[in-house]
Amino acid sequence: MNNFWIILFHTYLNKLKSKSFIVTTLLTVVIVLALTNLNNIISIFDKNGGKETVAVLDETGKLYDPFKQQAASINKDIKLTKFNGTEKEAEIAIGKGEFKGLIQLRFNDEKLPEATYKARSIADSSLYTDLQTSLQQVKTMLAATQINLTPTQLEKLYEPVSFEKFALEKNAKTEEELNQARGLVYVLLFIIYFSVIMYANMIAMEVATEKSSRVMEILISSVSPIKQMFAKIIGIGLLSLTQLAVFLIVGYYSLTKNMDSLKDGFFGVYGFKDIPGVTIMYAVIFFILGYFLYATLAAFLGSLVSRIEDVQQMITPMTLLVVAGFMIAMFGLGNPDAAFITATSYIPFFTPMIMFLRVGMLTIPVWEAILGISILVITIAALAVFGARVYRGGVLMYGQSNSYKDIKKALQLTKNK
Amino acid sequence: MVLKLEGVTKRFGQFTAVDQLSLEIPEREMFGFLGANGAGKTTTFRMILGLLDSTGGRITWDGKAIDYSASHLVGYLPEERGLYPKLKVRDQLVYLARLRGMQKNEALIELKSWLERFKIPEYENKKVEELSKGNQQKIQFIAAVLHKPKLLILDEPFSGLDPVNVEMLKEAVLTLKENGATIVFSSHRMEHVEEMCEHLCILHKGSPVVHGSLKEIKRAFGKKNLVIHADFELDQLKNFHGVVRAKSTMEGVHLQIEGEPVAEKILKEIVGKGFIRKFALEEPSLNDIFIEKVGNSYE
Repeated sequence: MNNFWIILFHTYLNKLKSKSFIVTTLLTVVIVLALTNLNNIISIFDKNGGKETVAVLDETGKLYDPFKQQAASINKDIKLTKFNGTEKEAEIAIGKGEFKGLIQLRFNDEKLPEATYKARSIADSSLYTDLQTSLQQVKTMLAATQINLTPTQLEKLYEPVSFEKFALEKNAKTEEELNQARGLVYVLLFIIYFSVIMYANMIAMEVATEKSSRVMEILISSVSPIKQMFAKIIGIGLLSLTQLAVFLIVGYYSLTKNMDSLKDGFFGVYGFKDIPGVTIMYAVIFFILGYFLYATLAAFLGSLVSRIEDVQQMITPMTLLVVAGFMIAMFGLGNPDAAFITATSYIPFFTPMIMFLRVGMLTIPVWEAILGISILVITIAALAVFGARVYRGGVLMYGQSNSYKDIKKALQLTKNK
Repeated sequence: MVLKLEGVTKRFGQFTAVDQLSLEIPEREMFGFLGANGAGKTTTFRMILGLLDSTGGRITWDGKAIDYSASHLVGYLPEERGLYPKLKVRDQLVYLARLRGMQKNEALIELKSWLERFKIPEYENKKVEELSKGNQQKIQFIAAVLHKPKLLILDEPFSGLDPVNVEMLKEAVLTLKENGATIVFSSHRMEHVEEMCEHLCILHKGSPVVHGSLKEIKRAFGKKNLVIHADFELDQLKNFHGVVRAKSTMEGVHLQIEGEPVAEKILKEIVGKGFIRKFALEEPSLNDIFIEKVGNSYE
């Protein structure tokens, strides 16, 4: 077998078998399972099936029914029960945990409803806000009746205004599509961001470990440094794909099992039901290219340090670049049209995230995407050639200093004057 | 399969690490590299292996430069020892041997016989970090020779080993030579080189100060050692004409003299003065030569 493949599989299998890899993978699988089963998990912890029972002490005898009706239309999870005792008794019942809270309804001087809400704590703001809104609507109805508005008139008053949005640009995405794309792009951006940081780190550590344990000198006398560097990059790349595949399979399986309970929630809004194939294709392209860009950078930065402790310090500027790209992309999610976003999408270090954001969210001409990808590919190639030379010299350099000046020194070491 | 260095020079910026080094190492030869720290030994080895490009000159083995296509024929024990600390001895050696073009099964068989030979078969499944430094060094040595190289480069192979292990390793190196390997090794320990090498080269600040076969070097050096043990006072000999260095010992003196005639004169001088228990004319040791050639420039 070719040396390249020996190193590639050695790197891949060794990492795959390592405890830290297995633990992170399992932990992440648990998190993925938890996220996709969020609804089920919440209902386990909520004995009442997520419904909050609130006691209603209706002093007027007229308000309970309309109030209950309104509350049901606002949040079907709120459960109201008419309480036929005194205020004191109700408070005791709350203390025992039978009710979440107590709402006392009465009329004020103008014959309009008002209420007092009592609960053990008023931390659950969503609950009393919903109750308040319900009562507000009851009040509006009553007030309308007082000034003799007919139900038709009332309906007219509350009819929502018609507000339609059109994008004039040809092929522009509709509102619905945009929302869908935003969710998908958001998730994929996260995947790209974390993978790039995690695996680039892994490569830098791998190179630095071989160098600090001094096994490097035997390695480079057997196999050319360039071959080694790329075998390692691809080996770890395979590892990242393996890990992602595990997450995706678990995530997909778990999602499809829970589709019914989830379709109204987050996943329904963010449209994961029919993912456009083109977006996925771009995601894969940008994931792979982004990985290669940062992996090459990490490999040659890792070759410059002599001790493992110095790795983090060396690759911090690179990590900051990834973080900056991610921040810009997050800003761009809300405003993908901005000139700033368009400009940064051509900067190769940001392209994997920002160009992906643009192709995912907007309908940009294909040539723009291709231009971005081309710049990225050229940068990767240039970085690989440059990085391989630094790597070749860097792995032979041992010393205290760990500055970027070492790049120059490493290059000199390989230069044939 | 002659290893030839012709006018090899290596400069790092202003600093010249190796200067105009020309050597010829025939096949099946054991060649010793001597030199003080920083004399350019490791740099020379790295250039032979193609890890560093020379600034000038040519290095050829069998008429060709050594590159990665010959990596299965070359074995290297770097001065800075290093293995994967977390990897088991077996996995480690098999991996490194496979990178040198060996088949996995063959490597396993070879590695077992080497571990037996070094009396450490129980370490096969241990992680390298659990081994003592001396044993790690044996593993490192196995890594350099497992794939049966034709050219073996050993940078300080015996440093940090106890005498028993030094003997064990020496024997192994000699066997490899008998089996047809060309061996180049460096050492600080003169006696190892004296004992094992036919040819040697003393490097000083990048240039060869002494170069040739051991016998010739000693002959050319001219000076001899004279050991005299006697019951009477010998101090006056220190100022005797032709004595280069002198050192008093418990039993007499050690003299370094310019040649045999001086010894004769000294003998005539002291005969009859008393009982002479020992009068021995010895070949100069490599140590003397090294100190003379390299040490002088420190003064």
